[in-house]
Amino acid sequence: MKANDISRRGFIGMGATGLLGLALAGCGKSGDAGSASSGSGDAKKGSVYYLNFKPEADEQWQALAKAYTEETGIPVSVVTAASDTYEEKLQSEMSKSSAPTLFQVNGPVGLQNWKDYCIDLSGSQVYGELSNPALALKADGKVYGIDYVEEDYGIIYNKELLQKAGYSEADITSFASLKKIADDIQARRDELGVKGAFTSAGMDSSSNWRYTTHLANMPIYYELKADGEEDTDAIKGTYLPNYKDIFDLYITDSTVDPAQLASKTGDDAVNEFVNGEAVFYQNGTWSYKDVKSLGDDKLGMLPLYIGAAGEEKQGMCSGGENYWCVNSQASADDQQATLDFLYWVVTSDKGTTALADGMGFTCPFNSAKETANPFAKIAKKAVEDGKEPVTWAFVHIPSEEWKKGLSSALTAYAAGTAGWDGVQAAFVDGWAKEKAATA
Amino acid sequence: MVKSLRKWWPLFVLPTALSFVFGFVIPFAEGAYLSFCQFISISNPTFVGLSNYAAALSDPQFAHAFWLTALFTVTVTVLVNVIALAIALAFTRSRLWGTNAFRTVFFMPNLIGGIVLGYIWQILINCVLANVGQQLLALNTHAGFWGLVVLTLWQQIGYMMIIYIAGLQSIPSDYLEAAKVDGANAWQTLWKVKIPNLMPTITICLFLTITNGFKLFDQNLALTGGEPSHSSELLALNIYSTFYSRAGAKWMGIGQAKAVIFCLLVIAISLVQLRLTKSKEVQQ
Repeated sequence: MKANDISRRGFIGMGATGLLGLALAGCGKSGDAGSASSGSGDAKKGSVYYLNFKPEADEQWQALAKAYTEETGIPVSVVTAASDTYEEKLQSEMSKSSAPTLFQVNGPVGLQNWKDYCIDLSGSQVYGELSNPALALKADGKVYGIDYVEEDYGIIYNKELLQKAGYSEADITSFASLKKIADDIQARRDELGVKGAFTSAGMDSSSNWRYTTHLANMPIYYELKADGEEDTDAIKGTYLPNYKDIFDLYITDSTVDPAQLASKTGDDAVNEFVNGEAVFYQNGTWSYKDVKSLGDDKLGMLPLYIGAAGEEKQGMCSGGENYWCVNSQASADDQQATLDFLYWVVTSDKGTTALADGMGFTCPFNSAKETANPFAKIAKKAVEDGKEPVTWAFVHIPSEEWKKGLSSALTAYAAGTAGWDGVQAAFVDGWAKEKAATA
Repeated sequence: MVKSLRKWWPLFVLPTALSFVFGFVIPFAEGAYLSFCQFISISNPTFVGLSNYAAALSDPQFAHAFWLTALFTVTVTVLVNVIALAIALAFTRSRLWGTNAFRTVFFMPNLIGGIVLGYIWQILINCVLANVGQQLLALNTHAGFWGLVVLTLWQQIGYMMIIYIAGLQSIPSDYLEAAKVDGANAWQTLWKVKIPNLMPTITICLFLTITNGFKLFDQNLALTGGEPSHSSELLALNIYSTFYSRAGAKWMGIGQAKAVIFCLLVIAISLVQLRLTKSKEVQQ
């Protein structure tokens, strides 16, 4: 019988371990709260609490906060939300008594949630530093957010492999030429030693935003532009055939069988590109750190051609979805401290260096330093060459739900379980439905 | 002893009672209030009356999630308890070699977090599906549902097994000997002696599996994320996506109303189940 008895000591041991775990977790929590609220210690000077959106830039922000505190004595704490959980984190943090004084929204749709929590920044010093005031997030004649990083995306390519295939960047000036070259590379993939022309268009949530947001920007941008509209409640899908063309190209001239795309991740695509298994990879400036091991001289970026009229003049897709907002519910001291901190970040040597070099951002501020990011340089050069940058029309996408619906439809289309009708419906009908749902 | 207990019991109950009040009663009451409001952060809600409930109940996605969750819970409850009891019987009856090692092995999955389990099983199941030429999880409603069932079985059987083993060991051996002397075979012993005496344990295990089935969230989120097109979305995930997939104060309120309905539902079902199985319990 003894062997079959559940060891009581074992259970007690386990219970004790569990309790200990809880106690440790409790300590951790209170430690965090301590450091966050220690900011409000010196009420006279105010304090800053920044809820950071970009996990990849956390280290630099922590260092900046420390440097600023050393210089001025104003406590700055930076908390970074885990990837993909910013909105959740912001909601819970905003309900606390020591709420973030500085937070981010992603554009007009995100602002809808947080408008009542944003102060008007039109008179602030940091707004005065914007090199292009059009980049601020405005509504009802007020400035609610300040875009602090300009990002660009397009089709990143491996210069060496493209050359090996017998082409150069100058050969790709339109969707037609892109398709011709991609088809050729795909046909000769064994000879060239690649697995496909394009990296896998993974539809896992770590990658699907490249198609449901960034690629979807193209038909939205061109339609709004053709109709001369800023935003619309009913998208017509005029450019959906072009969207289909490029998506077809991505999934046919690919490293993997389209049926496998449903489970392919963002890392898969990065690995394929870095290992030289594919020539083209749709992504943007932020992905530089992932692909830089290839070497700057091998990295190039092309505009995202979809075959729209006049696309020979098209540049990179440039815009921002990172807007700084200052919490209107915070005390006046804290608001002032936050504005001072922002001004310091965008003007001081330490701040601008961290933004440009550490985080690799192109910042739209007067005293911003030039970043070493080669993709940002390419985008800048394109503008200097007279190319017209594509704006980020995807900020008008009505909801996450719309993206999810489009993602499901694209995944099914790629795998062949459903036709393009599903994508059309998710794009057009989904838009109207979601605009109505969030009105 | 009894006298001093009678005098001092409030002192002993106080810590638990306080944490219960602060950790459960107050947030629950606040949550119930918020379901009648529109809000972004919970510090300044606007009262809107019953409209959130109207919206929640007229949402076809919510109804779909409810029926799917009910189906899932029934499937999981039956399978988990039957298999866990079978394993517990095997481990208590004979002196199998390595019984303790096996118990540990069966219990281990319970120690892994749901999200991690979800991703591990996603990779496993997708591999299998790809090799047998079926559509992957993100496109395959049936695979999504059965994948969740398999994952849940794998995670919960060990835990229920431990409870069943404890229950089986607490059956007085005189009963079993008496049954043996009377010539009962193993099957008869199981149905006439072991199971009636196990009823308190069965009550607990059913309660746990039913509530776990209804509340399943992390595994659902990580394994399928509700794909394809919400068709593998259980109730808790539906509430979560109501909250976070659209901007605007309206959706928080609707999500909250769904959460309150969900909570009442789970409480009601558990109470009915407790009453039903409790009536079957016998005095030893």
